[in-house]
Amino acid sequence: MKTTDKFGRPVVVVTGIGMVTSLGRGKAENWAALTAGRSGIHAITRFPVDHLAVRISGMVDFLDSSDKGATALTHELADLAVTEAIEEAGVSQSDFGGPLFLAAPPVEIDWRERIALYASSNSKGDWRSLLEAARTRNDRELFDACQFATIADRLAEKYGTRGVPITLSTACASGATAIQLGVEAIRRGECDRALAVGADGSATAEALIRFTLLSALTTHNDPPEKASKPFSKDRAGFVLAEGSAALVLESLESARARGAEILGVMMGCGEKADDFHRTRSKPDGSPAIAAVEAALADAGVSADEIDYINAHGTSTPENDKMEHLSLSTVFGERMPTIPISSNKSMIGHTLSAAGAIEAAFSLMTMREGVIPPTINYDIPDPAIELDVVPNVKREAQVSTVLSNSFGFGGQNTCLVMGREPV
Amino acid sequence: MADNDVLITGIGIVSSLGEGTDAHWQALTADAPSPVLDSERFSPYTVHPLPEIDWNLQIPRRGDQRQMETWQRLGTYAAGLALDDAGVKGDEALCATMDMVVAAGGGERDVEVDQAILDASLTRKDHGVLLNEKLTTELRPTLFLAQLSNLLAGNISIVHKVTGSSRTFMGEEGAGVCAVETAAARIRAGQSSHVLVGASFQTEHPDMLLAYELGGYLNRGAWKPVWLREKAEGGGVVTGSGAAFLVLESRRHAETRGREAYAAIDKVASSRDRRKDGSLDRTVAEIMQSLPLPGGPLLTISGASGAHAATVAERAALDSRPELAVRGFSTMTGHLKEAQFPFALALAALAVHRKRAYPPFDETEKPLEGAPEAALATTIGYNCFEGAGLVTRA
Repeated sequence: MKTTDKFGRPVVVVTGIGMVTSLGRGKAENWAALTAGRSGIHAITRFPVDHLAVRISGMVDFLDSSDKGATALTHELADLAVTEAIEEAGVSQSDFGGPLFLAAPPVEIDWRERIALYASSNSKGDWRSLLEAARTRNDRELFDACQFATIADRLAEKYGTRGVPITLSTACASGATAIQLGVEAIRRGECDRALAVGADGSATAEALIRFTLLSALTTHNDPPEKASKPFSKDRAGFVLAEGSAALVLESLESARARGAEILGVMMGCGEKADDFHRTRSKPDGSPAIAAVEAALADAGVSADEIDYINAHGTSTPENDKMEHLSLSTVFGERMPTIPISSNKSMIGHTLSAAGAIEAAFSLMTMREGVIPPTINYDIPDPAIELDVVPNVKREAQVSTVLSNSFGFGGQNTCLVMGREPV
Repeated sequence: MADNDVLITGIGIVSSLGEGTDAHWQALTADAPSPVLDSERFSPYTVHPLPEIDWNLQIPRRGDQRQMETWQRLGTYAAGLALDDAGVKGDEALCATMDMVVAAGGGERDVEVDQAILDASLTRKDHGVLLNEKLTTELRPTLFLAQLSNLLAGNISIVHKVTGSSRTFMGEEGAGVCAVETAAARIRAGQSSHVLVGASFQTEHPDMLLAYELGGYLNRGAWKPVWLREKAEGGGVVTGSGAAFLVLESRRHAETRGREAYAAIDKVASSRDRRKDGSLDRTVAEIMQSLPLPGGPLLTISGASGAHAATVAERAALDSRPELAVRGFSTMTGHLKEAQFPFALALAALAVHRKRAYPPFDETEKPLEGAPEAALATTIGYNCFEGAGLVTRA
């Protein structure tokens, strides 16, 4: 049986999936909530919200490290997702036998630590106090928490991944980029399997404030579950959130050889950078169009073969409009009848993890034959004529999915996934 | 010689030694190459500072410059130099299809805002509320974009119109190693035809020094060449501001557009030594064994950081091969973190192209006569990850 695609490249399949979001821990819990149209968005309890315009988020508050800072939480999120994915894949938990690609947020010293360092310093002066205190304290944990390499290094150590683990960022597209890197490595014949992870536990007060200052977040705080409303007329920005997803990518040949269950196929990846603006996309949507078309071409499928689109759907006035424009250009007359829904309506924008979480949900959509809804779709935007699978899940045979991720800084990545190897 | 051999067709480098390949070649092949140091501004730490740069030369729009702090400006500038050098700058078709892999840390925080918060935190107990108060009112809204790791690539796209694929790797020196390794692998496999790869690092900011000093890695006191700091006060690393971007191209692509190359990247190897059980020198030796070293005297551009354990281990491994003529270039530029490996490759390629080795940078290095047919570039992370690349005549 053929294990190469029409371009002669090894077919890449998915044999394990793990995830955590504000909806819960693990695939089962998440899928149940997602298809039930439940929202994970809630009032912020992690830090005081005095003076903040935004008082809600999709934070993951139920883990041990939820209040231990961004590095600790991002690490735990990744760790949980990886364990689940590897277990499902049925490969060794300590000798994964392939490379690791981790999409993660940039790291900074936590404010709590910065303040503590300063308080403990002798000079109580300027930056020299901090450095002197750092030197005196000699805290290896704290040093590690401030290094970009740490989380991936620890995962590599624990799971026995091969080579130097790669930590990457393409902003909101990061999770998809991690998958793309894994696919490319398998196609190059460098490995039989790769671990692609997206994790983000960086919802600090400063992160919230930074996005607020860029007018990116919705301030519809009440009720929290209704705040994320992609494609609606009164959408007003995204909801900051946290989560993780891990995918075991494997060559079809290797998966078959060991009798692994195939959860879906990574048929193609496409990307295109935007040169228009640091936060806004080119008004004609051409980079997004190019990314979609590149993904379709890479997958060797035509636009007509897409049964469902997992939208980037952030609920910002701009993204949803641009996404509609770009997709309408690619899919033409068919567009109003292609189901397209946004997971972000329920889990918020999980930033570095989004592309990976949403790819996982896309695969589950095909496997379960159920399309998760876009919730909070009460007032449709008349300028956006889409079948957003409003409010309630829909049973449907889905064989091919397009998943979009359009990032800040103009980095656009799209994935095309299939249910079965052809 | 194969169609998909990986060639270096453009180099853009900036450091305390100056800008561009000529300035660096002059500085490093002088009779007695010497570093440019600043031991005052960040005392007790010495840094290799950036020279005065006319950003307009590569970032013509003031509006673009204002959206960035120094780290992103430096990287965008060096990327422009590399694109110019490769004869690609301004070629819409080539830039629109050019892929990019950037190795990045993070950008500069507002020191004054942070200091005000720290000072207030000494007398207030409600730190969470204090943070909210100050950050919502004092932060410049676009500063976040100047800090975001993937926005260096974003700015390169906006300013230089490089809009193929865009990837940003994070992870200190290892990110720089993996960026080159991935770019080269894509070209060899026919997944890319031309890639812009590189990094910048701006050390002249307290937080950049703090990141090292939290692990006690910075050298204190009088400056010494990178191989001679074991007995010095502190952790051994002297940092520098700098950037290195390379244009990598398949042989076929370069030949089709009639472009001569500096050199070829024959192979890149990388590893993840556990750094716990004193095995690093063995790991470095293994990396070298995995590369098709030509035999005979070999110019070796070492990205040794000065960090005690890693530097001693690397030097031991290099010295176990007496044919290697080692040049610890951080002696001249300071440690450039994410930019370390691309910079090492740039210097290696320059020497191969100009058919001359650099003179020794200190008393422990030995001269190398003749025209190098190849050069080895190494970057052993001060804390984790290792990489090396063999550069050969194109």
